Amino acid sequence: MASTWRFALFLSVLLLVSRGPSLANEEAGTTEPSSGHEDTSSSSPASGHDTESGHDTTGDAGHGDTGHGDTGDGHGGGPITTLPIVTWRWHHVSTPYLVALWILVSWLCKIIIEANHHVTSVIPESALLICFGFILGGMIWGADKVQTFKLTPTVFFLYLLPQVILDAGYAMPNKLFFSNLGAILIYAIIGTCWNAASVGLSLWGCHKGGAMGDLDIGLLQYLLFGSLIAAVDPVAVIAVFEQVHVNEVLFIMVFGESLLNDGVTVVLFNVFDAFVSLGGSQIDAVEIIKGIVSFFVVAFGGSLMGFVFGLLISLLTRWTKNIQIIEPGFVFILGYLSYLTAEMLSLSAILSIVFCGICCQKYINANMDERSVETVRYTMKVLANGSETIIFVFLGISAIDKEIWVWNTGFILLTLLFIFVYRIIGVFFLTWILNKFRLVPVGFIDQVIMSYGGLRGAVAYGLAVMLDESKIKEKNLMISTTLIVVYFTVILQGITMKPLVTWLKVKRAKVSELTLIEKVQNKVFDHLLIAIEDISGQIGHNYMRDKWKHFEDKWMTGLLMKPSARKNRDHVFSVFHQLNLKDAMSYVAEGERRGSLEFVRNERASVDFKKKFGDEFSEVMPDIMADMTEDHSSVSDVRDPVPSVSLDMHEQTMKGMRETEGINSHHLLQQHLYKGRKQHRHRYSRSHFNVNEDENEVQEIFQRTMRSRLESFKSAKMGVAPPKKITKHKQKEQQQKMSNGKTPDKGKSYQSGDEDFEFSSEGDRASGYNASGDSFPMRVTYRAGAGIENPAFMPDIDSMSTVQIPPWLAEAEHDSSTVAPSQRAQVRLPWTPSNLRRLAPLRTSSRSTDSFMLADTPVRQQMDNLPPPPPPPYEEDDVQM
Amino acid sequence: MGALQSAAGQPGYVDLAEKTGFSFEQIQVLHKRFKQLSHNEETLRRDHFSGIPDLACNPIRAQIIEAFFDRRNYHQNGEGMVQEIGFEEFLVVMSHFRPPSLHMTEEQRENVRREKLRFLFNMHDTDNDGTITLEEYRHVVEELLSRSGALGKETAKSIADAAMLEVASISMGHMEPDEFYEGITFEHFLKLLNGFEIESKMNIRFLNMDTSTLCK
Repeated sequence: MASTWRFALFLSVLLLVSRGPSLANEEAGTTEPSSGHEDTSSSSPASGHDTESGHDTTGDAGHGDTGHGDTGDGHGGGPITTLPIVTWRWHHVSTPYLVALWILVSWLCKIIIEANHHVTSVIPESALLICFGFILGGMIWGADKVQTFKLTPTVFFLYLLPQVILDAGYAMPNKLFFSNLGAILIYAIIGTCWNAASVGLSLWGCHKGGAMGDLDIGLLQYLLFGSLIAAVDPVAVIAVFEQVHVNEVLFIMVFGESLLNDGVTVVLFNVFDAFVSLGGSQIDAVEIIKGIVSFFVVAFGGSLMGFVFGLLISLLTRWTKNIQIIEPGFVFILGYLSYLTAEMLSLSAILSIVFCGICCQKYINANMDERSVETVRYTMKVLANGSETIIFVFLGISAIDKEIWVWNTGFILLTLLFIFVYRIIGVFFLTWILNKFRLVPVGFIDQVIMSYGGLRGAVAYGLAVMLDESKIKEKNLMISTTLIVVYFTVILQGITMKPLVTWLKVKRAKVSELTLIEKVQNKVFDHLLIAIEDISGQIGHNYMRDKWKHFEDKWMTGLLMKPSARKNRDHVFSVFHQLNLKDAMSYVAEGERRGSLEFVRNERASVDFKKKFGDEFSEVMPDIMADMTEDHSSVSDVRDPVPSVSLDMHEQTMKGMRETEGINSHHLLQQHLYKGRKQHRHRYSRSHFNVNEDENEVQEIFQRTMRSRLESFKSAKMGVAPPKKITKHKQKEQQQKMSNGKTPDKGKSYQSGDEDFEFSSEGDRASGYNASGDSFPMRVTYRAGAGIENPAFMPDIDSMSTVQIPPWLAEAEHDSSTVAPSQRAQVRLPWTPSNLRRLAPLRTSSRSTDSFMLADTPVRQQMDNLPPPPPPPYEEDDVQM
Repeated sequence: MGALQSAAGQPGYVDLAEKTGFSFEQIQVLHKRFKQLSHNEETLRRDHFSGIPDLACNPIRAQIIEAFFDRRNYHQNGEGMVQEIGFEEFLVVMSHFRPPSLHMTEEQRENVRREKLRFLFNMHDTDNDGTITLEEYRHVVEELLSRSGALGKETAKSIADAAMLEVASISMGHMEPDEFYEGITFEHFLKLLNGFEIESKMNIRFLNMDTSTLCK
């Protein structure tokens, strides 16, 4: 709670600092009357331009004094009397500065919201962001007495929206989308037209009936209003439905509709806007036909435009091999260009960018380097999520403005009622028709959710703001009604969506990733269905899909894909390529796992340490223990050295070790070098740093454990014999290691004897991903068994330490459970069972960490028991390698 | 209407419609297709299937064709293979792919699901011993990958192995090291594909009109 308050305070400070001219105003260049700040009216000549507002009033901002005398122009102001060392040049940077600040503020809001999961699990993020917008808006209002920042159509449509939509198109599940395309189009086109017409006409009827008092709105204006309020908003839908995991068909219906109905909305809006300008008397059949024609041109033209740009991207990425760094940039730039081009030609920009994403996803993913693909994916998400956040915050901010609020109870309540009712009617009626033709009918419950998921959002608001006040007298009423509709749907319906989905027992999406067998089965399935259609002589979806695939393989891939990529995607291969990738990953991971198994064994050494110094240190940080070593170094001198060379060494070999103390110390030194670094890492990890990010380190650990494994194998094979030889061998390596200069604290390690080594393994353990301090007591009992090579203990140890969560991770989980799972998942990597391929499909679940956790558990449990053979056979494997 | 009457007039159509759930028009269309495939004979043999051009590039065609000649798919508790099938068998096998009706009780849905999965299971379980062994599974995956050339064989093997291990881990959960997972039983198969909405996926649209002239 305290942290939240601190954030809020910080925010308000930021706000006060940044409170200046409206960035939106400026970028939009709208004719909005420049806000009359009482403190700037005297000094600022240019109204639409940046003004020096706010510096005087901020007070707490350290630079308030510099802003005084309009020297802010920096260069070329008045005559200067002396050389200024630094000058205050706010004007110079004000616009980008404000933009950046607002982005920062919005994202900070998101941090605050996401900090508390109890809240977000009840109230969707979008609703919370809007509420934050209210608060921020209130602050601005309180300071400025006027709303200087608001969401303007230009900013929204040209800068914020494309990012969200491009991501939606790029991440579109193509197969699902196209197999439901018919239904989606019906909902998007007919449904939206129905909504627009029915809402507009009903409102007009109620007006005529006198339900709203005296309003200057004609039929056409009502229809215009209906058309802008009719469309379901993609941004709001994504935001809400992302958090309720409904089944994929339902999702694609709502989502697809919200994307595709933009074409309809834009056309309807433009047509009615033109009609309003023309006036009722001018409208004849020709105009209406023109309107209908323009619909087709706008919608299909937009889609075509996107298609062309998608092909362009795909083509371009064929030749970007040598400029891999900016390769991902092409996707964004061309995507954005497709949006702007469509906008320029007054085609449907949203459709354009959606289809651009849909078309190019397959080819760019094949053409580009794996890393570039990953970059594109991630950057898409960053942009989309970021701008979505900004949109919602600004939707909230825009509301705090006296100017726009015109209250008309009848109009507002009736609008709310009508959009709600007509949406339900429309969905049920259309589904009823569709179900006559659908192979798998849409169920009743799904229809309820579909009707309830008709969320309106920023698109409607943007359109409402774009209305021309000279033609529509009640523009402000329309804006405020739109805002209320948006708040009602996003906040109220958004909040109730989750309980409703649970209550109605809507079929949910599967949480986990597909298992491998399901993937294979899916593939079998596709072929089976195609075959059956072939045999039965029916032309169905599968047949068409098959034919399309053939066409695509024959022509499009040849043109759009790199030859190398083409080779890599033979029919079935597209799926198996991914599996192979995972295989490769699992191969590496298996290596790590072996390494980590090694650490388990290492821990026996540290158990030994615990025995010596008491269990009370088990929870203490390793650096404290390092101090301990120095204190007790004398003790250790007396003691028999613990098997420090090879951790797997049999006890018998310990005797041999004595002769090689000197060599040992070198070895210890090497081990110690680990300790130093590990300690640091360990400490960082407490503050949620990634424990296991350093690739070199992992590599090093892996190599080291492989080496010691080899040695232990040798010693096991040859019995007691050649410790000397081994240690010599070791020594050589140590020297190599040392020459690498990775020893942070040499001196200590020299004098501190074998305990030090134990620390190092303690350190290893810390970054050894999994074992936790809590597990020590258990280990002590194993130690009692003392059969270091005894395989019987291995499974137990595994199970112990896998169940436990390392303390620092556990802590992290409390603090921010968003981070923790992924971190833990990463940390756990090495513990995955022996044959990692089995895990492969689970492993790369990149979307939800939860699903990863869920999917991971059964396998991990099983791994404790399943063959992953006990150590000895393993080692033989290693040698054979 | 005329089509319906003439269809109903055909002997045995009523029976077939009851047995398979197809409408008369659908049966008629399928019958026509049957005749087309069999070159107007009463029975279909394997080589008739191989003659379908669109099927030629289907990697798992062999198994699919076998499914038509498998007695287990005839709803009669039979076993083993037949050499040729009549129209009734053809229709019965096809009926596995009929879309479910609009209103089903939970129990019916479960039955449909079981039936469809059984078909799939039988397709994999070539030796009819009630389990899909690793060998059998490998075979399927290999065929799936058969189009990818040399690379296919090795990949297929590892994918099949991995999938099998996964199956073992899901269905057996706890296994002793010396235990051996001999294969997927039908019960396991049901469990494995639990999240796989087969009842809404494994169906194709059987049109009432004749489109067979369009596809060779």
